[in-house]
Amino acid sequence: MDIIRTALPVLLGYAPIGVAYGVLAHQAGLSLWETAALSFFVYAGSSQFIAVAMWQAGAGFLAITFTTFLVNLRHFLMSAALSPYLGRYSKLWLTYFGGELTDETFAVHSTRLRQGDPGYAGKPLLLVNEAAHLTWTAASAVGYLAGTALGNPQRLGLDFALPAMFAALLVMQVRRRLDVVVALAAAALSLGLPFLIPGRWNVLLAAVLAASIGAVLDGGKHQCVVSG
Amino acid sequence: MRSEWLILIAGMTAVTFGPRVFPLLFLHRRTIPEPVLRWLSFIPVAILAALLAPSLAVVDGRLDLGRHNLYLLAAVPTFLVAAFNRRNLFLTALVGMASLVLLRQVL
Repeated sequence: MDIIRTALPVLLGYAPIGVAYGVLAHQAGLSLWETAALSFFVYAGSSQFIAVAMWQAGAGFLAITFTTFLVNLRHFLMSAALSPYLGRYSKLWLTYFGGELTDETFAVHSTRLRQGDPGYAGKPLLLVNEAAHLTWTAASAVGYLAGTALGNPQRLGLDFALPAMFAALLVMQVRRRLDVVVALAAAALSLGLPFLIPGRWNVLLAAVLAASIGAVLDGGKHQCVVSG
Repeated sequence: MRSEWLILIAGMTAVTFGPRVFPLLFLHRRTIPEPVLRWLSFIPVAILAALLAPSLAVVDGRLDLGRHNLYLLAAVPTFLVAAFNRRNLFLTALVGMASLVLLRQVL
């Protein structure tokens, strides 16, 4: 029950976005299998939207693949950040677990693992991933088939399910005053960097820079305590 | 499936799967130096904030910090509920969604 409650915002958020992606893919001229395979294998929402739009605009393999790499490189940080919590699992388990890592499942996992809940180990970690993965793929196919017949998800506020969940998880992650500083720095950088640097580096760069600010300020404090 | 998409999906899967899995495998059961651990401990907060800010403040590709941005307005009750209820994720998500629906009807 607890797991369902944890995963539900992710699923509620994925459903309308997956449907929207399916609609877009249909309009762009993909087949049902191409649409669903992209969701199942690549399983990274924003890069799928971008890839379909780029393909429709006539972009080639290298351009689309490289853009996908850039857009999804942020998972590298997430994977590294979860690593300290997952020492007890085998490499095979980690490969399966990491393959289904997304912004949303990372947000849930990092918060729950940091809380140190022993009930949130092993199966629950994979269940959240699998439920999200299945929802995303199924919603893509439903969107492809049903098209716009499903109505506007904005009527139910479903377009705010993921932002609201991120807000909740962000608040749950804040433990110390420095966390607030880091969060504000990351938010400001993520919004400001696109004005300075073209492309899709802002989330990755903002996270790296803000975490570095936190680590430096934290380190300075520790040294003071030691020397004092 | 067209071969064009078969190749494209294979390429996209490879460049997405790699960064998702490599750090987990590379860092597996290694002793991570204390400064790196400290840096990593800030990554979740930093990533969540870096992802959330544009989803609230960028509308149709443009930065919008004005009071007509409904996402930004709906974020206020959402954050308030989140601050007072740090366990029930689902409740916060529902309050956020309901706030946005209400705002759309009122404004």
